[in-house]
Amino acid sequence: MSAVGAPGGRAVDPAGAHNYATEWAQAVRRLGFVPMSAADTERLLLSYTLRLAEALLHADEVAPVAAEVGQALVEAHLTEPDMIEWSVRSLADRLPDQVLGGSTGLDDRIAVAQGALAAGFARALRDRTFAQQERIARSAWQARDDVERALRDSEARFRAVFRGAAIGIGIADVDGQIIDVNQPFADMLGYSIEEMRQLNVTALFHHDDAPGMWELYGELIEGKHESARVEKRYYRKDGTSVWTDLAVSLIRHDDGRPRFTIAVAEDITQRYELQRRLRFQALHDPLTELPNRTLFFETLSRLLSASGRVGVCFLDLDGFKAINDSLGHDVGDRLLMTIARRLAGCVAEYGYLVARMGGDEFVILVDGDAGVDNMIAVAELALTAVSAPVFIDDHQLMVSASVGIVASDLVGTSAAELMKAADTTLYWAKAEGRGRWAVYDPERSARDIARSTLLAGLPVALDRDEFVLHYQPIVSLLDGRMLAVEALVRWQHPELGLIGPDRFIGLAEETGLIVRLGEWVLRQACRDARRWHVDFPEARLVVSVNLAARQADAPVIVDTVADALSSSGLPAELLQLELTESAVMGSGGEPLRTLYRLAELGVRLAVDDFGTGYSNLAYLRRLPITCLKLAAPFVEGIRGDEPDAADHRDERIVDALVRLAHALELWVTAEAVETEPQAERLRALRCDSAQGRLFGPPAPAAAISTRLAGG
Amino acid sequence: MQQPDGAPIEIDLSRPSAARVYDYFLGGAHNFEVDRQLADQIAAMTPNLPATMRAGREFLRRAVRVLLDAGIDQFLDIGSGIPTVGNVHEVAQAANPQARVVYVDIDPVAVAHSRQLLAGNESTGVIHADLRDPQRILAETRALHLLDFDRPLGILLAGVVHFVPDADRPGDILATLRAAAAPGSHLVISHSTFEDQPQEMLDAQRLSARTSTEITLRSRAEITSFFGDWTILEPGVVHMELWRPDSPSDVAADAQRFGAFGAVARNDDVAG
Ligand SMILES: C[S@@+](CC[C@H](N)C(=O)[O-])C[C@H]1O[C@@H](n2cnc3c(N)ncnc32)[C@H](O)[C@@H]1O
Repeated sequence: MSAVGAPGGRAVDPAGAHNYATEWAQAVRRLGFVPMSAADTERLLLSYTLRLAEALLHADEVAPVAAEVGQALVEAHLTEPDMIEWSVRSLADRLPDQVLGGSTGLDDRIAVAQGALAAGFARALRDRTFAQQERIARSAWQARDDVERALRDSEARFRAVFRGAAIGIGIADVDGQIIDVNQPFADMLGYSIEEMRQLNVTALFHHDDAPGMWELYGELIEGKHESARVEKRYYRKDGTSVWTDLAVSLIRHDDGRPRFTIAVAEDITQRYELQRRLRFQALHDPLTELPNRTLFFETLSRLLSASGRVGVCFLDLDGFKAINDSLGHDVGDRLLMTIARRLAGCVAEYGYLVARMGGDEFVILVDGDAGVDNMIAVAELALTAVSAPVFIDDHQLMVSASVGIVASDLVGTSAAELMKAADTTLYWAKAEGRGRWAVYDPERSARDIARSTLLAGLPVALDRDEFVLHYQPIVSLLDGRMLAVEALVRWQHPELGLIGPDRFIGLAEETGLIVRLGEWVLRQACRDARRWHVDFPEARLVVSVNLAARQADAPVIVDTVADALSSSGLPAELLQLELTESAVMGSGGEPLRTLYRLAELGVRLAVDDFGTGYSNLAYLRRLPITCLKLAAPFVEGIRGDEPDAADHRDERIVDALVRLAHALELWVTAEAVETEPQAERLRALRCDSAQGRLFGPPAPAAAISTRLAGG
Repeated sequence: MQQPDGAPIEIDLSRPSAARVYDYFLGGAHNFEVDRQLADQIAAMTPNLPATMRAGREFLRRAVRVLLDAGIDQFLDIGSGIPTVGNVHEVAQAANPQARVVYVDIDPVAVAHSRQLLAGNESTGVIHADLRDPQRILAETRALHLLDFDRPLGILLAGVVHFVPDADRPGDILATLRAAAAPGSHLVISHSTFEDQPQEMLDAQRLSARTSTEITLRSRAEITSFFGDWTILEPGVVHMELWRPDSPSDVAADAQRFGAFGAVARNDDVAG
């Protein structure tokens, strides 16, 4: 069949076809992009070459085959214009010669083949171009759709959140102009959405806004922060306030410039009010509704750390317990409510805090003018307010109160110290009677404290052997010999050091401890004196021991003295007991019976501080007294160096006393002699002996031994 | 046109796209007037460029064949563009019908187009992602369950790494991708260079800034470093045309005229 109709009986030359395909492949690869390897291209084009060559040999197949090849070229992506040009031209110029042994007689068919190849190519290329254009356009729209759907979805989601949220959401531009709000936000602030859209966020300023809140907002819209969260109060349109938990986020332009702010606000007014109520309850007294001690201490500490200068009037009703007990707690409670109201009212205009500390104790906290005068004025206001009669049912109650006044500049800035001082001061006021105030006195407080420290330490001190005896020489004014020593007790306090008798003898007397202490002194003095007697028998040194009134009063004193003498071995005549005038007279106004029995023991008795009490001279004459000790004030009046009127008066008194003593056959000892001229005058007045700094201060027993030894 | 997280925020069809310009240079009709105008402008300035594009495509085809011969049957083609002709899956599946390919591109139009074209081809997948976020590419690829990361993988980065500026740390990106690939995996890179180039190439590079992304030309050393410690196959990092040509006649004397290097490396790490 192949030879039939073939002009000149020609046939396809396979080798020629091969060569033609190779050239063709090289051409297209040179002329444009071929998405195949060289070998694949050549193989493909060889098949086209053969088909075209065969077709040219059969007239009726030329057009359809050439068209098919044209289409196949497009499908193989051999679409460069230069490629099709080469392919069409070579169909006439090369193919017949190379593959079919020449073109003779084929010219018409070749022209047909060229036309059909070009047409098939063009048709396929047009279809492909349409298809690709259509596909790329569809892809573009698809992509755009995807993006838009994503945008629409997120926009829709946002809208849904915006509209449906129970929480307030609002959008504003960077100038603060509100662009949109949702219904809950509008409802929260009591506006319509439309009205809100007219507002600028700066119009939503509230005077309670925390410091720095608007600076933070300013930085946010400048793009310095991405978001901020605050608790903010808003005024509602009706003027009431609403508390919100507010979160503001910044939305930026693509290039990063701030664009919008989105505010999300939750109404926390109820939570806030609840918190406030709970806090009020925690900080107020339920009965009187006054601030309680917690709030008082909070406020006090804050004021102390801020300004440091505050005052406190600590007030306590007098005899409240009696009212409570006799009229019942109900009346007591109502009384407290009335008092609380009055106290709060009397200082209301100054804004001072009035708190109930518990029970019937109240406190007024004065901040600002905490000067003493103002504090006293406040205390008096309070006392007046309390003192007006209180009517409860058919009872008319007259109450009073006591006030302790303390200002922080006297105590320091510790709240606890301040209140301790107030408590002490209130106690002073109470001790003075009802309806009084007292002002805190640091020195008195220090004394109180020292006193109580000593008071607490005394009983133990005796057991712990903390007392020691010092001895002060008593010398003859005639020859300067040391006749006696007075035993003086000292307390070697573990913290306060050596303490003189003036600071603790009074306390010992109050507590009754003086009896035990006195006995200790007596026994110790006897032991020391016995030692001197043994060591220096010819000195005949007398030891003089003070007897407190309470000691002397007790009948057992005689046995005690006797025992002290016998157990120490001290001869009785070397012990002198000193009593004050009042002790000598006893509590019954008569001289002590025990004096006689003491005198019978053989001890010497001296009247101490003679001239300061009211001695009954009649008794004095009959009592077994051996010596009078002139009280220090008379001796101090005698200076000797610059005799003036006062000196003369004291001199005359001393003169009289010495004469009196001598008339009664008593020795006279002058106490507190400090200077030689004094001693000179006393000698001239015929005073027998003297003691004082001039003749030696009180010293430990060892020092006396040394002196006796002639040191 | 891209937000940092990779989600497109708008599609601007009035701007040319690299993928469509590329398609036009390859003789495709998947492009618009703006793309063709830019392509013509570029071609007018650098007559070599259309040929360069074609050379790039041919390099990719040859490289894929080499990988296929090495037994690689799964490919991750990042910056795949608009698959006009001679697509990786066509080349791969012609040799091995089981071969799998995942295409990744940043251009939403290219991605939409690939999806249309590949609809129904169960062995391929398309991901819209940014090369600068390799973790995300790896995660999304794993989620497709097409590629097995425990077996050797062919990672193709043809004509795309030069779109990543130094500021985005391309070295780190490549390291991340390499670290995810099992031993025996191959990495294919073609990349524009300024080495051996005339001035007009550098001017054209500036012009390409009018597509979405600018091109960063790099030295041979920089490009070599992208392969890390993987073994670079013969003939090394060379001008694309010189990389295993089909026939010696395909290689022109001025092979450097395309201004791009191509290379393939293999992960010989036995421990990994
Ligand atoms: C020149 S084409 C290369 C196409 C194909 N790989 C080839 O070699 O024939 C570059 C492609 O990379 C894409 N591309 C550019 N930057 C990219 C990025 N950061 N991440 C992913 N694809 C990117 C472009 O959209 C474009 O389709």
